[in-house]
Amino acid sequence: MNGIPSSHILVLSLILFSVGLAGVLIRRNIIIMLMGIELMLNAANINFVAFSRQLGDLAGQVFAVFTIVVAAGEVAVGLAILIALFSNKDTINIDQINIMKG
Amino acid sequence: MTGSAFIFYLLSAVAVISAVMVVTRRNAVHSALFLVLTFFCVAGIYVVLAAEFLAAVQVLVYAGGIVVLYLFVIMLVPQHAPLKAPPMRHMVGALMLAGLLAGALITFFWDAPEVAPVPAAAATTPAGNIETVGMELYQRYLLPFEVASLLLLVAMIAPVILARRRI
Repeated sequence: MNGIPSSHILVLSLILFSVGLAGVLIRRNIIIMLMGIELMLNAANINFVAFSRQLGDLAGQVFAVFTIVVAAGEVAVGLAILIALFSNKDTINIDQINIMKG
Repeated sequence: MTGSAFIFYLLSAVAVISAVMVVTRRNAVHSALFLVLTFFCVAGIYVVLAAEFLAAVQVLVYAGGIVVLYLFVIMLVPQHAPLKAPPMRHMVGALMLAGLLAGALITFFWDAPEVAPVPAAAATTPAGNIETVGMELYQRYLLPFEVASLLLLVAMIAPVILARRRI
Protein backbone atom coordinates (compact mmCIF):
# COMPACT_ATOMS: atom_id res chain seq x y z
CA MET A 1 0.00 0.00 0.00
CA ASN A 2 1.61 3.23 -1.31
CA GLY A 3 5.07 1.76 -0.85
CA ILE A 4 5.76 2.65 2.80
CA PRO A 5 6.69 -0.38 4.93
CA SER A 6 5.00 -0.36 8.33
CA SER A 7 8.38 -0.94 10.00
CA HIS A 8 9.57 2.47 8.78
CA ILE A 9 6.54 4.14 10.37
CA LEU A 10 7.32 2.33 13.63
CA VAL A 11 10.93 3.50 13.43
CA LEU A 12 9.76 7.11 12.95
CA SER A 13 7.49 6.81 15.98
CA LEU A 14 10.36 5.30 18.02
CA ILE A 15 12.67 8.18 17.14
CA LEU A 16 10.01 10.74 18.08
CA PHE A 17 9.35 8.88 21.35
CA SER A 18 13.05 8.78 22.21
CA VAL A 19 13.46 12.49 21.48
CA GLY A 20 10.50 13.22 23.76
CA LEU A 21 11.89 10.95 26.47
CA ALA A 22 15.30 12.60 26.27
CA GLY A 23 13.60 16.00 26.46
CA VAL A 24 11.70 15.04 29.61
CA LEU A 25 14.88 13.70 31.21
CA ILE A 26 17.41 16.42 30.36
CA ARG A 27 15.39 19.64 30.58
CA ARG A 28 14.74 21.43 33.88
CA ASN A 29 11.97 23.66 32.53
CA ILE A 30 8.57 22.14 33.33
CA ILE A 31 6.98 23.64 30.20
CA ILE A 32 9.51 21.92 27.96
CA MET A 33 9.12 18.67 29.90
CA LEU A 34 5.37 18.80 29.14
CA MET A 35 6.22 19.36 25.48
CA GLY A 36 8.34 16.20 25.61
CA ILE A 37 5.33 14.31 26.94
CA GLU A 38 3.31 15.66 23.99
CA LEU A 39 5.95 14.33 21.60
CA MET A 40 5.74 10.90 23.24
CA LEU A 41 1.93 10.86 22.98
CA ASN A 42 2.22 11.82 19.30
CA ALA A 43 4.62 8.94 18.73
CA ALA A 44 2.10 6.57 20.31
CA ASN A 45 -0.58 7.96 17.99
CA ILE A 46 1.60 7.33 14.94
CA ASN A 47 1.94 3.72 16.11
CA PHE A 48 -1.85 3.44 16.40
CA VAL A 49 -2.31 4.74 12.86
CA ALA A 50 0.44 2.49 11.48
CA PHE A 51 -1.18 -0.62 12.93
CA SER A 52 -4.62 0.57 11.87
CA ARG A 53 -3.30 0.72 8.30
CA GLN A 54 -1.46 -2.60 8.60
CA LEU A 55 -4.45 -4.50 9.97
CA GLY A 56 -7.15 -2.70 7.96
CA ASP A 57 -9.01 -1.93 11.18
CA LEU A 58 -10.27 1.53 12.03
CA ALA A 59 -10.16 0.89 15.79
CA GLY A 60 -6.59 2.20 15.83
CA GLN A 61 -7.67 5.58 14.49
CA VAL A 62 -10.55 5.76 16.97
CA PHE A 63 -8.16 5.12 19.85
CA ALA A 64 -5.78 7.74 18.49
CA VAL A 65 -8.68 10.20 18.80
CA PHE A 66 -9.11 9.15 22.43
CA THR A 67 -5.37 9.65 22.99
CA ILE A 68 -5.68 13.19 21.66
CA VAL A 69 -8.55 13.80 24.10
CA VAL A 70 -6.43 12.57 27.01
CA ALA A 71 -3.47 14.66 25.82
CA ALA A 72 -5.63 17.79 25.73
CA GLY A 73 -6.85 17.12 29.27
CA GLU A 74 -3.33 16.37 30.45
CA VAL A 75 -1.99 19.65 29.06
CA ALA A 76 -4.83 21.70 30.58
CA VAL A 77 -4.39 20.21 34.05
CA GLY A 78 -0.58 20.15 33.82
CA LEU A 79 -0.33 23.81 32.88
CA ALA A 80 -2.84 24.78 35.60
CA ILE A 81 -0.71 22.93 38.15
CA LEU A 82 2.32 24.76 36.76
CA ILE A 83 0.65 28.15 37.27
CA ALA A 84 -0.44 27.25 40.82
CA LEU A 85 3.10 26.04 41.51
CA PHE A 86 4.64 29.19 40.07
CA SER A 87 2.41 31.46 42.15
CA ASN A 88 3.56 29.58 45.27
CA LYS A 89 7.23 28.89 44.58
CA ASP A 90 8.18 31.56 42.01
CA THR A 91 10.13 29.08 39.91
CA ILE A 92 9.63 26.66 37.06
CA ASN A 93 12.88 24.82 37.69
CA ILE A 94 12.07 21.22 38.46
CA ASP A 95 15.10 20.91 40.76
CA GLN A 96 13.80 23.55 43.16
CA ILE A 97 10.36 21.95 43.50
CA ASN A 98 10.99 19.31 46.13
CA ILE A 99 8.30 19.96 48.73
CA MET A 100 7.18 16.32 48.48
CA LYS A 101 10.69 15.08 49.24
CA GLY A 102 10.71 13.11 52.48
CA MET B 1 9.86 5.39 -4.58
CA THR B 2 6.33 6.62 -5.10
CA GLY B 3 5.27 10.20 -4.52
CA SER B 4 3.47 9.51 -1.26
CA ALA B 5 6.44 7.55 0.08
CA PHE B 6 8.71 10.49 -0.77
CA ILE B 7 6.35 12.87 1.06
CA PHE B 8 6.29 10.49 4.03
CA TYR B 9 10.09 10.39 4.35
CA LEU B 10 10.35 14.16 3.86
CA LEU B 11 7.73 14.85 6.56
CA SER B 12 9.38 12.31 8.86
CA ALA B 13 12.75 14.04 8.52
CA VAL B 14 11.25 17.47 9.23
CA ALA B 15 9.25 16.08 12.18
CA VAL B 16 12.31 14.48 13.78
CA ILE B 17 14.51 17.56 13.25
CA SER B 18 11.90 19.92 14.69
CA ALA B 19 11.28 17.53 17.61
CA VAL B 20 15.01 17.71 18.39
CA MET B 21 14.76 21.51 18.18
CA VAL B 22 11.80 21.45 20.63
CA VAL B 23 13.86 19.79 23.34
CA THR B 24 17.11 21.68 22.70
CA ARG B 25 16.05 25.35 22.31
CA ARG B 26 16.74 27.58 25.32
CA ASN B 27 13.80 29.89 24.65
CA ALA B 28 10.47 28.23 25.46
CA VAL B 29 8.65 30.24 22.77
CA HIS B 30 10.94 28.78 20.10
CA SER B 31 10.25 25.32 21.50
CA ALA B 32 6.50 25.94 21.21
CA LEU B 33 6.86 27.11 17.59
CA PHE B 34 8.92 24.05 16.66
CA LEU B 35 6.25 21.97 18.41
CA VAL B 36 3.71 23.43 15.95
CA LEU B 37 5.94 22.39 13.07
CA THR B 38 6.23 18.86 14.47
CA PHE B 39 2.45 18.60 14.87
CA PHE B 40 1.86 19.78 11.29
CA CYS B 41 4.34 17.23 9.96
CA VAL B 42 2.65 14.46 11.95
CA ALA B 43 -0.71 15.62 10.53
CA GLY B 44 0.78 15.33 7.02
CA ILE B 45 1.99 11.83 7.85
CA TYR B 46 -1.56 10.94 8.91
CA VAL B 47 -2.81 12.14 5.51
CA VAL B 48 -0.23 9.96 3.73
CA LEU B 49 -1.35 7.01 5.87
CA ALA B 50 -5.01 7.59 4.84
CA ALA B 51 -6.19 8.86 8.24
CA GLU B 52 -7.61 12.19 7.11
CA PHE B 53 -9.97 12.62 10.05
CA LEU B 54 -7.12 12.19 12.51
CA ALA B 55 -5.04 14.70 10.54
CA ALA B 56 -7.81 17.28 10.86
CA VAL B 57 -8.19 16.60 14.59
CA GLN B 58 -4.41 16.81 15.01
CA VAL B 59 -4.26 20.25 13.41
CA LEU B 60 -7.33 21.54 15.28
CA VAL B 61 -6.56 20.20 18.75
CA TYR B 62 -2.77 20.11 18.87
CA ALA B 63 -1.61 22.90 16.60
CA GLY B 64 -4.67 25.04 17.28
CA GLY B 65 -5.52 24.44 20.92
CA ILE B 66 -2.68 22.91 22.88
CA VAL B 67 0.08 25.09 21.50
CA VAL B 68 -1.98 28.25 22.14
CA LEU B 69 -2.37 27.06 25.73
CA TYR B 70 1.40 26.57 25.94
CA LEU B 71 2.05 30.04 24.55
CA PHE B 72 -0.38 31.61 27.06
CA VAL B 73 1.40 29.91 29.95
CA ILE B 74 4.82 30.90 28.60
CA MET B 75 3.60 34.51 28.55
CA LEU B 76 2.16 34.22 32.08
CA VAL B 77 5.25 32.67 33.63
CA PRO B 78 8.29 34.95 33.29
CA GLN B 79 11.27 33.16 31.77
CA HIS B 80 13.95 35.79 32.42
CA ALA B 81 16.06 33.73 34.81
CA PRO B 82 17.95 31.23 32.65
CA LEU B 83 17.76 27.78 34.16
CA LYS B 84 20.99 26.13 35.18
CA ALA B 85 21.84 23.19 32.96
CA PRO B 86 21.65 19.82 34.71
CA PRO B 87 24.90 18.08 35.66
CA MET B 88 26.72 16.32 32.85
CA ARG B 89 26.14 12.83 34.24
CA HIS B 90 22.36 13.41 34.12
CA MET B 91 22.59 14.48 30.48
CA VAL B 92 24.75 11.50 29.55
CA GLY B 93 22.50 9.10 31.44
CA ALA B 94 19.33 10.46 29.86
CA LEU B 95 20.76 10.45 26.34
CA MET B 96 22.12 6.93 26.84
CA LEU B 97 18.74 5.69 28.05
CA ALA B 98 16.88 7.26 25.13
CA GLY B 99 19.50 6.14 22.61
CA LEU B 100 19.56 2.61 23.98
CA LEU B 101 15.75 2.34 23.81
CA ALA B 102 15.66 3.72 20.28
CA GLY B 103 18.65 1.68 19.06
CA ALA B 104 17.43 -1.63 20.45
CA LEU B 105 13.90 -1.28 19.13
CA ILE B 106 14.97 0.14 15.75
CA THR B 107 17.28 -2.81 15.09
CA PHE B 108 14.39 -5.06 16.10
CA PHE B 109 11.88 -3.41 13.77
CA TRP B 110 14.21 -2.71 10.85
CA ASP B 111 14.72 -6.40 10.08
CA ALA B 112 11.07 -7.29 10.62
CA PRO B 113 9.68 -9.26 7.70
CA GLU B 114 7.32 -7.17 5.62
CA VAL B 115 3.75 -8.40 5.81
CA ALA B 116 1.32 -7.15 3.19
CA PRO B 117 -1.23 -4.83 4.84
CA VAL B 118 -4.77 -6.09 5.08
CA PRO B 119 -6.87 -3.93 2.75
CA ALA B 120 -8.99 -1.58 4.81
CA ALA B 121 -12.71 -2.03 4.86
CA ALA B 122 -12.93 1.69 4.20
CA ALA B 123 -11.27 1.22 0.82
CA THR B 124 -14.11 -0.93 -0.42
CA THR B 125 -16.94 1.32 0.78
CA PRO B 126 -17.71 4.54 -1.09
CA ALA B 127 -17.80 6.54 2.16
CA GLY B 128 -14.64 8.43 3.05
CA ASN B 129 -12.39 8.08 6.07
CA ILE B 130 -14.24 10.71 8.12
CA GLU B 131 -17.59 9.00 7.66
CA THR B 132 -16.29 5.53 8.51
CA VAL B 133 -14.41 6.76 11.58
CA GLY B 134 -17.55 8.62 12.68
CA MET B 135 -19.70 5.51 12.31
CA GLU B 136 -17.14 3.46 14.24
CA LEU B 137 -16.94 6.14 16.96
CA TYR B 138 -20.69 6.41 17.44
CA GLN B 139 -21.57 2.73 17.13
CA ARG B 140 -18.87 0.44 18.48
CA TYR B 141 -17.13 2.97 20.73
CA LEU B 142 -20.06 5.02 22.01
CA LEU B 143 -19.37 4.41 25.71
CA PRO B 144 -15.63 5.30 25.53
CA PHE B 145 -16.66 8.38 23.54
CA GLU B 146 -19.00 9.53 26.31
CA VAL B 147 -16.40 8.76 28.97
CA ALA B 148 -13.93 10.88 26.98
CA SER B 149 -16.37 13.79 26.97
CA LEU B 150 -16.75 13.42 30.76
CA LEU B 151 -12.94 13.44 31.06
CA LEU B 152 -12.81 16.66 29.06
CA LEU B 153 -15.45 18.22 31.33
CA VAL B 154 -13.36 17.35 34.40
CA ALA B 155 -10.22 18.61 32.66
CA MET B 156 -12.04 21.88 31.99
CA ILE B 157 -13.24 22.43 35.57
CA ALA B 158 -10.02 21.36 37.32
CA PRO B 159 -7.74 24.02 35.74
CA VAL B 160 -10.27 26.72 36.62
CA ILE B 161 -10.16 25.66 40.27
CA LEU B 162 -6.38 25.13 40.26
CA ALA B 163 -5.39 28.40 38.61
CA ARG B 164 -8.07 30.57 40.24
CA ARG B 165 -6.32 31.52 43.47
CA ARG B 166 -3.39 30.71 45.66
CA ILE B 167 -3.59 27.16 46.89
